[in-house]
This record gives sequence, structure tokens and C-alpha cells, in this order.
Amino acid sequence: MIYFDNNDTTPLHPVVLDAMLPYFRDKFANPVSLHSLGLEAESAVGQARETIADAIGVKTKELIFTSGATESNNLAILGAARARPDRKHFVISRVEHASVLNVAGRLEKEGYRVTRLPVDGQGYIAVEALREAVDDDTFLVSIVHGNHEIGVIQDLRSLAEVAHERGAWFHTDAAQSLGKIPFDAGQLGVDLASFNGHKLHGPKGVGGLFVCRKTRPKRLMEGAEQEFDLRPGTENVPGIVGFARAVEVAVRDREEVAGHLLPLVERLADGLSELPDTRLNGPPPPERLPGNLNVTFLYIEGEAILMHLSNRGICVSSGSACSSKSLVPSTVLTAIGLLHEEAHGAIRFSLSRFNTAEEVEEVIGRTREVVELLRSMTAFVPELHSERKGGHGFYRPR
Amino acid sequence: MSIKYSDKVIDHFKSPRNVGDLPEADAVVTEGSPACGDMITFALKINPETRVIEDIRFRSFGCASNIATASMATLLAKGKTVDEVKTLKHHDITDALDGLPAVKLHCSVLALDGLKAAVHRWEIDHGLVDDETDILDKQHVWTALEDVINPRSGISVVDAKLITDLRVEPDEGSVFIEMLLCDLDERFAQAIEEEIREKVNALKGVKKVMVQFKPCQHAGH
Repeated sequence: MIYFDNNDTTPLHPVVLDAMLPYFRDKFANPVSLHSLGLEAESAVGQARETIADAIGVKTKELIFTSGATESNNLAILGAARARPDRKHFVISRVEHASVLNVAGRLEKEGYRVTRLPVDGQGYIAVEALREAVDDDTFLVSIVHGNHEIGVIQDLRSLAEVAHERGAWFHTDAAQSLGKIPFDAGQLGVDLASFNGHKLHGPKGVGGLFVCRKTRPKRLMEGAEQEFDLRPGTENVPGIVGFARAVEVAVRDREEVAGHLLPLVERLADGLSELPDTRLNGPPPPERLPGNLNVTFLYIEGEAILMHLSNRGICVSSGSACSSKSLVPSTVLTAIGLLHEEAHGAIRFSLSRFNTAEEVEEVIGRTREVVELLRSMTAFVPELHSERKGGHGFYRPR
Repeated sequence: MSIKYSDKVIDHFKSPRNVGDLPEADAVVTEGSPACGDMITFALKINPETRVIEDIRFRSFGCASNIATASMATLLAKGKTVDEVKTLKHHDITDALDGLPAVKLHCSVLALDGLKAAVHRWEIDHGLVDDETDILDKQHVWTALEDVINPRSGISVVDAKLITDLRVEPDEGSVFIEMLLCDLDERFAQAIEEEIREKVNALKGVKKVMVQFKPCQHAGH
């Protein structure tokens, strides 16, 4: 089995599992308990908080643990809205994750104004567009750091600066970027940032939210006083310990892993580009999240490609409508200007430190085989059905 | 996210029957659209004496169930007469595949539409029916809407009584459709609207389609 779906989730790093196991067995206690076992658990959570806070350049009191980036995004956005009831405008981009897009939709129903910033053909948000959108009524700007589908990395520092000029808070969804590219909250100037354990070889069901001292979002759930009164509920101690270990390892090995992944992704892009009428979605590999590649194979459909690859032992994901739950193609791909017919044939390959050059060669060969098979039976006649003429080779979005 | 297919669907997806072209086809028709991401082309060889479909091929641009439904449609059509094909229902294809997930039922509708359109094309070409049959009326729109499946429930929007208003102006070629959209179906709003537009726009004389959703609380189905 070749697993090229690491932007979806990653396998647990063996050292992470080792770190977690004692907290399922002997060290099982609740960190709020005052007995020795409780203190042991509390100290483990404290250690974990310190590790991650160090890694992202924040104070330990500024990091809370959650169940994952979806919860962190909800807490950051809804919590900020509740904390600043005098401001009724929210700014996001068109390439956000569902856990930001759909929270924006909910706020809109509650009467908020929402601005969704457009992106260019590679997925970049223009700082000037944000400057025009943000006003004195904006309570928060939320922009994803590294994009989950096309790997584009936003210039958070400049965007946060513009948000702050009008007194808006700035939040980023850093679920995909933590541990893969440098992330220093102070240097980037963000006020709130969401993280996840399972995108960097940590466990599922645990994540974090950086909350800058200057901001104070309102908590969404009522309960006891855990996590500085922002997120009640008994801490997921094994998860938190594993999350911290995963961050530690990812940050320690970051440059080495990125150096391992770049030639793999470049080779994959080169190998696939030998197929005609193929398109790279997003920026060129050195400028995107390490390990991420998104390619459209024109005239065929992503779910069929995905399933044929799966039958050949290769796991990838697709941007097509048919593999989405809403039957609508990826909003990220349409935001960068792809026609529906182009988004339907999009496949995301996402590699991790555990993938090899041999696997890349196997995936190139198998993908060519599948694409040629499906194209040989397609009902799509480019001359009749395409609004845009592809031409041969790897062409870039205009 | 993963969609559970029956073994038969997987079999027809992996080894589709009757794929390709038919050089001596009597009728070739493509149904669907690139924007919706599913298209099927059927090529038929029909005996003018017996009206039996003697040979059939298909091509597909679409997902696994698009390929599987088209493949099954060719098996159901081959050896049948034109009139027998006209009586096929989309559940005949679905049932023959041991079922499809609700979200994929529209594939068997498309496959059947394609098959019937090919047969219809053959009849027109042989002067057996009039191409310019009727003018646009409400009944045509209702019939088209019967083929629009709610991807959540797998029930047609007509059968589920979701259409609350339908106005047709034949002279202007405009169609206005008002439809209930329950909270659970919200995520399918765009898909349902595109499906309605595709089906209604395909009717003769339609120039403009307006779809309006009326929110409602989910009442079960």
C-alpha cells in the first residue's frame, strides 16, 4: 500500500505512540485531581504545553488544547464574535477549510456581514484586497496559512498587519503548516492560530489554539475551568502528550524532511506532466507546503481515477464533485479559476517523511496507466465539450 | 467521505461491458454536461425490421457509478426492442447493480436518459416520430423534475413533494420553480439547483430557468 494522502491524515510516528502509551495505562489520572497520580498527569500536560508553546514562539498561558483544528477554528471565530459584539463584520478568503467557511455561513445567518476575499490563479490573497475589505466594524480576519488542497502559503505577516490597522483581530488556520514550514506566532503577528495533531504524525482528536494575551475570545462550552477557562472538559492526556511529541519531532526534523520531500514532489510533477493535457493546480513545488501536489487530468473524473488507483494499492484524494459530500467540486479549485470540468479531474497527492523515491516512481507509472485507461473510454470530446483548450504538457493557470 | 458501492458496481466499474465505439452505429447520443462532471455517450445498432437493439457501446466521463450504470444499461438494452427500452425505469438499472448510494442515484437517471435519447434519436432519424413534437408546458417540466433526485434521500423532488410552485411562460420560454429546502439538504442546494437547470434547460423552448429555495424545518423522509 502506498499512502499519498498525508494532507488528509498521517500515520502516527512510532516515537509518538511510545510517548502516549503510558498515559493510557499507568498514568491515566485526571490532571485536575490533587493526588499524586493527578499531579503526574497535570505535569505531563504542562510539559506538553511548554513544548508546543516553545515551538511556535508563544507563552505557555497562550496555548490551549482542543479536540482538533475544527474545534479551534470554531472557538477562535465564534469566540471572537461573542467577545466583540460591537463589531459585525468578518473577513475570510475563498480558499478556507470547511470549518472556517461554514462558521462564516452561520455568522451570516445571524446577521453578520462576511467578506470572502478572492485569490489569484495560484491561490494567493492580495494584501490590497484585504486592505479594501477590512473596516472599523471588522471583528476578525481569518486566513488559512498553508492550504490543504493546493499547498499555497499565504503571507500572514502582511495580512495580519493590515487587519490590525483597523483594529481587527487576526486568526489563522495553521493545521496544515505547523511542523512543515516555519511558524512563529510572534513573528507572523497573528492573534489566534489553530493547530492539529494528526496532520503531523500525531494522534487524531487533539489540537490546539494559540490565544494571544491581548485577545480574549468567549468560551463556547460551559463546564469546569480547564484550559484557562476557555475550553472545559477533562484533558485528553495521552492525545496531548502525543501531539506535543509529534510537534517536537516535526519541528526538529523540519528542514531535513522538507529537503527529502522537494525532489520527490518535483519528480512526481515531472513524471505526471509527461501525460498530455495535465495541469498543475497551485504554485510550483518549492513554493507550496512540502509534500503537496495537486494535478488535474483533463477529460476524466477524479473519483474514477482515485478508485482505480486504490485498486492498485495507492491512496490519494480528489477535488471532484462526485467524491465530495455535497456533489459540488472543490471550492478551492474553483476559487483559483478552474472550470468545473477541470476541478472534476483533480487529484491531490500528499507525501510525508515516510514516502520514498521508489513509491513516487510506482505512483507515476500507475497514474499514467489509469489516466490512459479512463481517457481511452471518455465521453468527453475536447473539441466539442471543452470551454478551454488544454494543449499538451503541464500548463499553468492563467 | 468514502462511498460504499456494491460488489456489482465495483465489478462493472473495474471491467465495464460494451465500452468504446460502434463504427456502424445507427444512433449516437451524448447526455450530461462537462460542468456537472458526468456525461455518457451511447452508440446503438438497431435492426429496422425487428426494432431490436443488436449492438451497443458506451463512453463515459464520470465517476465509478457513472461508468457502472452505463455498463449495466448496455446489458439491459442489448437484445431488447426499442419499445421495451422505452419502458425501462432508472431503478431497473439500480436494482440490477444491487443498489446505489442515494447520493449516486442520479447516475442511473443519466444512464437511462442517455439510452432513451439514443432510441429517440433513431426514431426521429427514421421518420417514426416527429422531432418538433409539442410546445413547452407544465407537464413537460414536471416530467423533467421527476428525474431530479434529492442526493440525501434518493427520492425524486417531485415524489418527495418538495416542489411548491411551478410557473411556465411558454411564449417567453421561462420556467419558475419554487422548492422546499430542508435544513438537512442545505449542503446539496447547489447540486440540486444545477441538476434542475440541466434537466429543465434540455426541454424544447426553454430559455430561462429560475429556481428559488424556500427554507423549511426538516420533517423527515
